[in-house]
Amino acid sequence: MDILVSGLLLSGTYALVAMGLNLQYGVARIMNLANGEVLVLGALAAFWLYTTSQISPLFTVVLVAPISFIGNWLIYRFLLLPLVRRSKTQGNLEVDSILATFGMSFVLIGVMVSIEGGFFAYKYLSSPISIFGSTTSLSRFVSFLIAAIIGFLLYLWLNHTRSGVAVRAVSVSAEASGLVGINVPRVSAWAFALGGMITAIGGALISTFITLDASIGVVFTLKALIIVIMGGVGDIRGAIVAAIILGVVETTVATLIDPGLTLAAAYLIFLLILLFRPQGLFGRRPL
Amino acid sequence: MIIRNILKTTLAAAFATSVVMATAVSADGVIKLGAIAPKTGPLAGGAVVTQWPNVDLWVTQVNARGGLNVNGEKMTIELIQYDDKTNPGEHIKLAQRLAEQDKVDFVVAPYGTGFNIATAPIYGRYGYPMIAVSAITDKAEELTERYPNLFFTLGTTTAFVEGVREILIEQRAAGEIGNEVAMVNVADAFGIELADRAREMFSEAGFELVYDKSYPLGTPDLSPVMKGAKASGAKAFVAWSYPPDSFGLAEQAIIEDLDVAVYYSAVATSFPAFSGAYGNKINNVLGAGGTNVDDPQVAEYRQAHLDITGKTADYWASANTYASLQILEQSIEGAGSIDRDVVTQYIKDNSFETVMGTLSFENNISSTFWSVGQWQDGVFRGVKGNDVDGAVGVRVKDGWAD
Repeated sequence: MDILVSGLLLSGTYALVAMGLNLQYGVARIMNLANGEVLVLGALAAFWLYTTSQISPLFTVVLVAPISFIGNWLIYRFLLLPLVRRSKTQGNLEVDSILATFGMSFVLIGVMVSIEGGFFAYKYLSSPISIFGSTTSLSRFVSFLIAAIIGFLLYLWLNHTRSGVAVRAVSVSAEASGLVGINVPRVSAWAFALGGMITAIGGALISTFITLDASIGVVFTLKALIIVIMGGVGDIRGAIVAAIILGVVETTVATLIDPGLTLAAAYLIFLLILLFRPQGLFGRRPL
Repeated sequence: MIIRNILKTTLAAAFATSVVMATAVSADGVIKLGAIAPKTGPLAGGAVVTQWPNVDLWVTQVNARGGLNVNGEKMTIELIQYDDKTNPGEHIKLAQRLAEQDKVDFVVAPYGTGFNIATAPIYGRYGYPMIAVSAITDKAEELTERYPNLFFTLGTTTAFVEGVREILIEQRAAGEIGNEVAMVNVADAFGIELADRAREMFSEAGFELVYDKSYPLGTPDLSPVMKGAKASGAKAFVAWSYPPDSFGLAEQAIIEDLDVAVYYSAVATSFPAFSGAYGNKINNVLGAGGTNVDDPQVAEYRQAHLDITGKTADYWASANTYASLQILEQSIEGAGSIDRDVVTQYIKDNSFETVMGTLSFENNISSTFWSVGQWQDGVFRGVKGNDVDGAVGVRVKDGWAD
């Protein structure tokens, strides 16, 4: 039970990390290497507002959401759209966007270091609670709930609304969706902005129970990348299922075998999926 | 026409004089000091607490005094600093740049054990005296033999384990703990070396490691580790941990209400941010290092640190970092020279009055250092050390209430 509860809560964290990148990579086709930095930026906002003016991180989430949405939209519109226009193939765009966002990640790190170079150490809702006899912190549980809500809303939106269908259409084929009258650049910009927003919200939430610093973003980018590729690019169910698998497996290994092997276990699953289902759990085979 | 020519000449002359004056000043009134340490990357969080503020503090203070007195001449410090991005390769490249292009006179030793060892050859080749602070290793003697310009000030792996072992033995004798110890370590050179040594030394003292696991650096969820330690039933918990996980372990210990009499986590336990985050809950938590906060000199240093850098000094290596710069200062003034060989020899032969007390080197290693400290009512006090004054008694950890 301990394993299941801790594992599921950890999955919530991973889902927060990966859902945003999934939208950005799956729909907008931008392999965003600054994903982790956006997450840390959200965490920095929560830390800074909490330590300077005692603003609850949960309220910060409400503030961070529109700001990060607009910020990411601007990034897409002015920084990435020229790359999208210029690139002739998907491969071209991937290489260009990797380089551009890699550069962007350094800029973001620099900005964050100049604001706070040390650890974002603060505590919020860190009181213990008991779930089915297993103790955990309230902050982890709250983040898990919010992650679940975000995942659920995204799923509903993508599968049961007109605009959601448009987003999925772009993720399947940008060319074909253009032909049936979907405004592909606009949908892509929205997906990118929404992805960035979810990532920043995730950062603000994660900072309530993990001590971050300005340089730790790359750790989250890598985790997000693994989850997105495991789950299948552009499929939100895939990202969530992959996050759950990763969270539960890591916790199982840490509890029953050795905490030192969690990373090894995570990469082993990743390898197995790449070997036997290279398109990811929910991915489509390329036509 | 004539007027214009006169103007031209005057301007040119004025320009020439200013250039001459400028070069004159930088030629003999300035000591160039190079500092390379992380501002980004995994070790940045520690370096911006322990390393950088002290470099700034010292340079500001020395220049405010009008500079160092080198053989009767006042020389100010010009600081040249680079971010090594927590990448040893980058550091070595930058070190070369400091020596070849910036032509600095002296350097501040790097941050982190691995970095000090990795860069000893390059700084050694240029003959820079290198007073390492944030470096703890049992290979110190071997290294100082190979690199005669390298000095160690923060102690050895064995001494750090010994400090913890003494506490465990005392508490066992007092009946607070049994023979069982739960030990974890971060899977990184630092944590592995300490854990290996601790395994030997703890079992020599008759302790039994009922939980002994490592975890990767940056593990996002340490709850399985803490649940395992709790299930082992040991009344003593020892973690050879690094900054992000020292916080994470304390967090989980609070949540799990880990029932121990001795709780120790290594690096970053002495950071002000640690008590900032957990307040009174971490009262009586033990950590690596320490200072004698009752020493008026230390109090004065801590106040200056806060006034000049705007940050609270950590309760461990901050003071040692500052002391290493005081050693550099006193040896340059004492030797009356900025010749690196002369200064290095001076460091070997003399003792220095620093914020850490009187320091001297035997085989380039200083044996004055704190190994264990404890949070006692909001202040991190040294409880174990080598050749230090002001160690206070160890208190028993009693719950995690606010």
